[in-house]
Amino acid sequence: MDASGIGFTGVTVAYKGAVALDNLDLDVAPGEIMAIIGPSGCGKTTALRAVAGFVQPTRGRIRIGATDVTDLPPYARDIGMVVQNYALFPHMRVAENVAFGLRARRAPDSLVAERVRDCLVMVGMEAYADRYPRQLSGGQQQRVAIARALAIRPRVLLLDEPLSALDAQIRRNMLGELARLHRDLPHLTVLYVTHDQTEALTLADRIAIMRGGRLIANGTSQMLYRAPPNRFAAEFLGRANLLAVRHEQTDGRFARVRLGDTVLTAMAPFSELAGEVLLCLRPHDIFLAPVSVQPANTLHATVTDVQWLGDQHSVALELAGQVLRLVSTPLRDPPPPGAVVAVHFAAEDASIIPEGTG
Amino acid sequence: MASDGVAVLPAARLRLNGAWVVPPLGILAALFFYPLALIIQQSVTTAGGLPDFGSYARVLAGPLFANALLHTLEIALLATTGCLALGFTMALVLTFVPFPGARALSRLIDTFIALPTFLIALALTFIYGSAGIANMSIMQLTGAEEPPIDFLYTVAGVVLAEVTVYTPFVMRPLLAAFSLIETAQIEVASSLGAGAWRIIRRVILPAALPALLAGGSLCLLLTVNEFGIVFFIGAKGVITLPLLVYGKAIQEDDYTAACVIAVVNIALSLSLFLLYRVMVARVDQGQRGA
Ligand SMILES: Nc1ncnc2c1ncn2[C@@H]1O[C@H](COP(=O)(O)OP(=O)(O)OP(=O)(O)O)[C@@H](O)[C@H]1O
Ligand SMILES: [Mg+2]
Repeated sequence: MDASGIGFTGVTVAYKGAVALDNLDLDVAPGEIMAIIGPSGCGKTTALRAVAGFVQPTRGRIRIGATDVTDLPPYARDIGMVVQNYALFPHMRVAENVAFGLRARRAPDSLVAERVRDCLVMVGMEAYADRYPRQLSGGQQQRVAIARALAIRPRVLLLDEPLSALDAQIRRNMLGELARLHRDLPHLTVLYVTHDQTEALTLADRIAIMRGGRLIANGTSQMLYRAPPNRFAAEFLGRANLLAVRHEQTDGRFARVRLGDTVLTAMAPFSELAGEVLLCLRPHDIFLAPVSVQPANTLHATVTDVQWLGDQHSVALELAGQVLRLVSTPLRDPPPPGAVVAVHFAAEDASIIPEGTG
Repeated sequence: MASDGVAVLPAARLRLNGAWVVPPLGILAALFFYPLALIIQQSVTTAGGLPDFGSYARVLAGPLFANALLHTLEIALLATTGCLALGFTMALVLTFVPFPGARALSRLIDTFIALPTFLIALALTFIYGSAGIANMSIMQLTGAEEPPIDFLYTVAGVVLAEVTVYTPFVMRPLLAAFSLIETAQIEVASSLGAGAWRIIRRVILPAALPALLAGGSLCLLLTVNEFGIVFFIGAKGVITLPLLVYGKAIQEDDYTAACVIAVVNIALSLSLFLLYRVMVARVDQGQRGA
């Protein structure tokens, strides 16, 4: 089967006048896992439901594969859907739950039996076929919900916070299983809504970050993490130090910026830098340096707080009125608060964000 | 310790001594068991006060009783079926087809429960009765001599009135059951390719089954015992058990026969009630799984 992508073109959704999705343009490539992340109420679920056909866009078109599905009813869209609380049918056994979509399509019994078995094996639930949903744990219900969605061999799989009802340990396992599942079904296009950036970074090929109904950033997880296009993206995906600096000069991939008297070099993934910009530094890309050695990109800062988190040290620093946080492997000799230390970073690990965007 | 605090909890029940059960039991005895016993006693006693079971044979073998029992069951079953069908449809629409005023409408239907049952019969008489609005207008328009609409004075009329009166009794538990169905379940079903009819049959109906059973049994109980509506409509030849009791006791002064029929009526009600309990228990059990 050929893989089908998903396309949003200028999709706007308004609930009683309140705009929940504002002119969304987004393309999910065939066979790709795209995560939509963003704070609560930013329109993630709305975007997903628009693909599923449960909300009608006030403007714009939605495409699955080559088909414009904007005006199709949900049952004609050929999608698999998994929601936060799984929504298993409580009166049906596991096998009947998984068979539901096939029966709705009037598949012959032999095919139903075979497909149900395959899907339950795929999620490791074949031993539970005769149970009722209430006799399963949350993680098991989750697997059944996924098997039910996959049984119809959907063109796209929509997942709305599928792991948020599970505890941390099971969530990690399920993340691994979802990744494995996608390796087994490389043609399956997945749209994965979450507010958990770890899930997005672990699972997704690409990430779309939303805020207030708008798409704020969109790109591969690597790119968004290493070179966030704006302040919101930098802060939402992973932790970031954003230092206000002044742009001096761009030289190919790198730019020189000034922080007080210090000139620093960092990646410049975005053109048209001028004046006040932000220097994005991930906490684990900053290193404490002995004051005697002074490599390039060295800053002097005052320690304000040191926390030991078992497997790492987290150090809060202050320089020129700005806060800088670094994490490092456990320090043998953590600096005391009040000490002035030198820290440095590699130019390749820092990136410049045009100020004033987002 | 926390566990001590928990252990104390059961003592939080009302601590009343045994004497407290006497007043409610006394009231129950005076108002319910005593009259019931009187009826049963009356049914097995001759006018002279001698024990006699012959009256059962005499009354139950008669054509009047058979006719009344048949009518009672016929009307009760038809009305209950009507209530279930209408109630299910209306509750379905009110819950899943959002339209402005749905809430107000369901409240309005709820208030039907508060109305005296014969009021509907009266209203129906105003509309469909031989001197009702419908018949009068048709007669004026067509110049017909006889009222053209006469279903009201048949079993159909009684059933119509009972369906109107008792549908809210089905709708109430159904609306409660429907409100507990996760919207997500319906949406997932629909995304899996199920159309409206399949969703109703496979997702909504199973969830509504206990409510349907409860509402349906209640309807059956109420319609088997309905007096006011049947009496008020006064359909010719449509005599039900309660009406027969009334006729025997009040019109013919045959208290023994009245009590015999009443006892049968009570037995019928109690068996229906038992059936209801068994069904509800079975549904509960089925849903808890093996
Ligand atoms: N049925 C609805 N009627 C009116 N407003 C709605 C409805 N559903 C969502 N909204 C509003 O639309 C906006 C986007 O909601 P949405 O559910 O898409 O957010 P979300 O990003 O999924 O949030 P969360 O992370 O909390 O699930 C919110 O402001 C929400 O209040
Ligand atoms: Mg949501």
